Amino acid sequence: MLIIESLSKTFNPGSINEKLALDNITLSLQPGEFLSIIGGNGAGKSTLLNCISGVYPMDQGRIILDSMDISYRPEYQRSRYIGRVFQDPMLGTAFDMTIEENLAIAYARGKSRGLKPGIRKAEAKLFQEHLARLELGLEDRMKQKVGLLSGGQRQALTLLMATIVEPRLLLLDEHTAALDPAIAQRVLQLTREIVSRYHLTTIMVTHNMKAALEYGNRTIMMHEGRIILNLQGAEREEMTVEKLVQLFGLKSGAELDNDRLLLI
Amino acid sequence: MVGLALAFAAGCLAGSVTALLHTKLNIQPLLSGILVMLGLYSINLRVMDGRANIPLLNKATVFSLLQGTPLEESAALLIPTIILLSMLVLLFLFLKTQFGFVLRATGDNDQMVRALGVNTDRVILIGLALSNALVALSGSLIAQYQSFADISMGIGMVIIGLASVIIGEVIFGTTPLLRRLVAVILGAVLYRLVIALALELGMAPTDLKLISALIVTLALSMPSIKAYLIAWKKKHSSPYSRKGGQA
Repeated sequence: MLIIESLSKTFNPGSINEKLALDNITLSLQPGEFLSIIGGNGAGKSTLLNCISGVYPMDQGRIILDSMDISYRPEYQRSRYIGRVFQDPMLGTAFDMTIEENLAIAYARGKSRGLKPGIRKAEAKLFQEHLARLELGLEDRMKQKVGLLSGGQRQALTLLMATIVEPRLLLLDEHTAALDPAIAQRVLQLTREIVSRYHLTTIMVTHNMKAALEYGNRTIMMHEGRIILNLQGAEREEMTVEKLVQLFGLKSGAELDNDRLLLI
Repeated sequence: MVGLALAFAAGCLAGSVTALLHTKLNIQPLLSGILVMLGLYSINLRVMDGRANIPLLNKATVFSLLQGTPLEESAALLIPTIILLSMLVLLFLFLKTQFGFVLRATGDNDQMVRALGVNTDRVILIGLALSNALVALSGSLIAQYQSFADISMGIGMVIIGLASVIIGEVIFGTTPLLRRLVAVILGAVLYRLVIALALELGMAPTDLKLISALIVTLALSMPSIKAYLIAWKKKHSSPYSRKGGQA
């Protein structure tokens, strides 16, 4: 499904700010696998997602998605196959356009966009059904601008936009980090529902260790650009947050930065 | 008529150059526009045969199309209105298409548009080509209307255009889309009315640039002024008086 081979990325090479963000990462995902990634600040989690989606060019390595080598394709071409939700709720939607217009743009993913009408009647009905499933009341507000929505509502909408055309890979970059706990919980639930409905191959970066273990079926931990822990199957089932913290110290030889990681 | 079409095409070209400077060479959008305008000054002089002013008296224009018909008298009003309304309708329909959606979204949030599989460089190219074509069309209409072309006709026009858009949007609103398009047109008319009023009140024509600058400043600061007013109202409607003691 997704194969990443010896992927490396250094920011500001040759300067005083040089930073090795990804150090020879090799990782592969089975179809339908839901991987959660945890790690402290600067571990390379977001950089990894940004290299997969093509935001940053990589220094070396290969990325294969569904037997296509996408290593050197521009971001917009990869986006035909990859759905994304960002940490910042402002980044996933066009604030000055209506909910249905945003969905219509997402619904045309992978197709050429010509002078056909932006939204057809049948499409509007489909969008309404999808919105109703979010259970946030958005189905009655389709003609309102997205700028009026709360952060949580926007993230739920972005999640819907990322998946309304089934992507081959879904990338979630700390998509609940900027939300208050109650709505974050709801967005995580929705994530689980949507991922399991379409059996989406998914990578979710999170700073919440509990969520990392609770959601998905595989967890990796990153530190200084490397994968230091890979948990799946029975080992993951029995893992607790306390044990994970201990393991982190053992594997990385560093103290966990508690400020950032939620240990709840 | 041919002149209008040629101007439209030339505008497309100029807009494309701006877009390429911005997207391929990563020059800031505003700077790209300024660079193209700078270069165009020389090109325009060449087009105008090295002269700064060309009279178009007794030349065939869109306005002379109606010559000899009963509508001849009102041609100066009728023809620009027809062109304006047809552009309004076309633009409205265009912005409601799939590509129109993408164009608007790119202005809002280009990262989102890329994340949904669209080449935003191409969108910016088409958007700038189209908008510059409309600007060029307006310029050629003005030249035909006043029966001369002058090298300095366009100076300060970017700011005036921006002011018109902001005045229109602040006063007449932005939702839904059709309202916004009409608001921008009304904003441009309003701007001209204010200028005319200033002249009527006895301002010297030489002071016009200063007046323009003041209007534009006012238009640009409208959102901030609104915010101050709201804050001021809140402060003064508070049940606690500023001097204290009573409440």
